Amino acid sequence: MPYCKENTLEYDPDLCNSCGVCATVCPHGVFKSDKGKGRLIAPSECMECGACAMNCATGAIKVDSDVGCASAMMLAALLGRSATTCCD
Amino acid sequence: MDRLIHVLARAGVRRNEWRVSPGLYRLGAPGPNSPVFVSANYKLSFDALREALEGVDCYILVLDTKGINVWCAAGKGSFSTDELVYRIERTGLADVVEHRRLIVPQLAATGVAGYEVRERSGFRVTYGPVRASDIKEFLESGKTSDKMRLVRFDLKDRAVLIPVEAKSALPIALGASTLAYLAGDPIAAAGITAASVSGFAGVPALLPWLPGEDFSIKGFFLGGGVALAASIAALRDDGASLPIRLVRAASYALLLPPIAAFASLNFTGCSTYTSPTGVRKEIDRYVRLMAGMAASGLIMNVAQRIARAAKG
Repeated sequence: MPYCKENTLEYDPDLCNSCGVCATVCPHGVFKSDKGKGRLIAPSECMECGACAMNCATGAIKVDSDVGCASAMMLAALLGRSATTCCD
Repeated sequence: MDRLIHVLARAGVRRNEWRVSPGLYRLGAPGPNSPVFVSANYKLSFDALREALEGVDCYILVLDTKGINVWCAAGKGSFSTDELVYRIERTGLADVVEHRRLIVPQLAATGVAGYEVRERSGFRVTYGPVRASDIKEFLESGKTSDKMRLVRFDLKDRAVLIPVEAKSALPIALGASTLAYLAGDPIAAAGITAASVSGFAGVPALLPWLPGEDFSIKGFFLGGGVALAASIAALRDDGASLPIRLVRAASYALLLPPIAAFASLNFTGCSTYTSPTGVRKEIDRYVRLMAGMAASGLIMNVAQRIARAAKG
């Protein structure tokens, strides 16, 4: 099921140490491990969960991950505020 | 019975009772070389793992995730590197097993940094499959296949979330419907609840088959169906002049679709593939439109009531 193609995922292959963990933890097959080396194969599938960046020891991956609670975000949009903390 | 308990647990009924005490559990007759699985202390997570591991001698290290499931707890920070390292020390795991390997659910990776766990505890994290049902296959092959790593969002996955959505949306919808009914508008009363249900239940159930990528569009589509029915009912009501009936029909066409769209937009938070950036953009695009439509629909409905009362 496709969704908004835009996300905040950034990957710098030069920093990659070829551990392959990004491909292991991604729930949407965004990364593929090429003998350990991360290759970004489906960036538009990224849901910004942040698992790859969290487990990347060299900081080669960056993504603004956030808990996507729509009602909190909507309240912010209605009130013209930007703060988004998640409901429990 | 367990199934019923699981439904109640999802709906958040007496949430505190769905917690498992954190600590190290033995399954079967584990020895110093038996595998160690890490789990959340949400009963549904723990039970799924325990069932999948039936017949396997192993340890389960249950973290204190405040009774929240693996993925959500990892996202919110209670299934974390700190908690895992703390729980390893607290349970004396290093003295219980001789190996230094932990099998952590893949979906915990948003909260756990494997390399950091190793630096701080000496234990190496191996990420297991997303679904507990793939664990036996994972144990046989020693690694996850591509298929095991991907999160799906099948009809069954979506269906179990409907009661969760109903719990927050239905009371509001029923309250609004009751008000509409007491105000003498049974069509609006039926329409409001039907539109809400189409948004929080219809959209999840029919998700892949509804038009549009945005959840709001899917909701507008189903809510439009409800609005069409309400508008036809209003037009057929012969107790008023045609202009009044037209205004009334239009008021439903404006009021009901955004109710469904709003309910379905909320479902993005439960989906397994929407990004917060995407949801934020969707909100920017539609929330003002929804509010504007609903407000104009409400005004038109009140206007036609006044006109009707003045004539009657």
